[in-house]
Amino acid sequence: MSSGILTVNSISYTYHPERPEAVKQVSFEILSETVTAIIGPNGAGKTTLLHLMLGLMKPVTGSIFIEDVPISEYSRRELSQWIGLVPQSEYIPFEYTVLEYVLLGRAPYLGPLDLPGREDVQIALESLAEIGIEHLEKRPVPALSGGELQLAMLARALCQKPRIMLLDEPTSHLDLSNRNTTLRILNRLRKNGTTIIFSTHDPEAAALIADHLVLMRNGQVLDAGTLDETFTKEKLSLTYGTPVEVVNIDGMRVVRSMERLS
Amino acid sequence: MQSTPFLIFFFIVKNQKTITNLVLIILPLLVLGISLFAGRYPKPLFMPFSVLTSDELAQKLVFNLRLPRLITAALLGASLAAAGGVMQMLFRNPLVEPGFLGVTQGAGFGAAFSILWISTSPLIIELNAAAFAVLGLVLSYFIARKIRFGGWVLRLVLSGIAVSALFSAGLGILKYMADPTSELPEIVFWLLGGLYSVTWKDLLYILPVVVVGLTTIFLMRWRLNLLSLSDETAFSLGVSVGRERTLLIAASVAITAVVVSVAGIVGWIGLIIPHISRRLTGANAAEFIPVSMSAGAIFAMLSDDLARVLTTGEIPLGIITSLIGAGIFLVMMTSRKVSITK
Repeated sequence: MSSGILTVNSISYTYHPERPEAVKQVSFEILSETVTAIIGPNGAGKTTLLHLMLGLMKPVTGSIFIEDVPISEYSRRELSQWIGLVPQSEYIPFEYTVLEYVLLGRAPYLGPLDLPGREDVQIALESLAEIGIEHLEKRPVPALSGGELQLAMLARALCQKPRIMLLDEPTSHLDLSNRNTTLRILNRLRKNGTTIIFSTHDPEAAALIADHLVLMRNGQVLDAGTLDETFTKEKLSLTYGTPVEVVNIDGMRVVRSMERLS
Repeated sequence: MQSTPFLIFFFIVKNQKTITNLVLIILPLLVLGISLFAGRYPKPLFMPFSVLTSDELAQKLVFNLRLPRLITAALLGASLAAAGGVMQMLFRNPLVEPGFLGVTQGAGFGAAFSILWISTSPLIIELNAAAFAVLGLVLSYFIARKIRFGGWVLRLVLSGIAVSALFSAGLGILKYMADPTSELPEIVFWLLGGLYSVTWKDLLYILPVVVVGLTTIFLMRWRLNLLSLSDETAFSLGVSVGRERTLLIAASVAITAVVVSVAGIVGWIGLIIPHISRRLTGANAAEFIPVSMSAGAIFAMLSDDLARVLTTGEIPLGIITSLIGAGIFLVMMTSRKVSITK
């Protein structure tokens, strides 16, 4: 039974008072244990929206609620037990092993002076196994390939045991096989009870696993709804600002750009 | 009887962590004990134990001069190495050292300023050096806030470089103005760094700040890993990024400022010791920070031993640490042992 877990209520945000708003009057509701993809072209405000949902920045107007409680009323620690983040990429200058890195996901459950204990290590190992990268446990993070790093970041966020997981462009720099691996894992996490929200500029990745879409352009939500309602030629053309066609191949939705280059 | 070695081995494996922790405490104490006998009295290198029991001058030398000096050396090494490790983690850059952010150059300028215009009394020089070290940090911080582009770390790095350059230029002017026969040598000798004038009083003056600073860093060592991630990731893990970063920077700068104020500019410890420690333990700050503190203390005491033993006069400590530190750095950077295994 799905119900609203996260509600975004007409929020706006601007990085500088004199610049145009990065997010304008955005509203939508995320249902529990679903996958929602926020799609739109580069610069549409997707990352800003994710950071607002994370609580990293406060909206200039409007509010965000988790189970009807404004996120500003949660403590930092409570919020981090609710929401996890997988950033677009992570620059890690030091040679943590993958296990040490994943273990950082236990921070929301530890006091400021605590060290992770045996139980935390156990949870980290389980996260590695769930993502299927237990063989990378002792590998230094800077030596991972792009695809492996993506999975390590996922394992780290999973180790945090959040109810909601935010992912910023999780597939943008992955090859097709790694993209599918990541999407498959997200699908599995949803089945295990995690609510997934991810941004992407690739509508096909969204169509593969998302239950709902939020279409964004120039900081505004053009439409939000189920995949069937929103994944149409007209709406996607408007979102990306270029004519596209939606083709159905063996039950999979494929988007083709109809713009001629010359 | 045959099982004794096995039992010892089993004990070592079972209690590996406890044993490592004991070694980290015992080893510096051992070096301290041995170093008390290193010097040039009554003859170069080592004082025989029998001399200490019979010679009153030797007793005074060991307990009034060498002991406070060596404890200060240990605190200096532990502080600079810990502060270096912290700064490297917080600035996500393995080449950062504690003097960064205008602290060292500020202290140098403060000391020269005191020698020239206020007083040449060691205590006044120390207080002035500490005050200007803190001023260096405060200036770096406020200029970083004024910079209009880049992330917070980049802005701090840029303003730190600018403030250091300003103090360095100011120091150049002071050296140029100083009396070349009296004041200039004193400034130069202070800048080269050394513990030759350290007394129990100096030790007591730096002790509270060093103990509080080192304890803070030690207790928060695992958090350093979180703070080395990007701001948004650290935030998503429940870290109060700004507050925790400020607290750790304050602790690092405070201990650096006080030790530099009594010892002058002692370079390379803060850069090289965290590097070596990371090679020994891996990047996890929970493990490499205690090792850095211990190794820093040992390195500084051994360097000070060389400073006392090598020549009849005294080689400034800063020269020795730079010479050895830079040497190790070169060997490490050019060694074939690749630390990343893919």
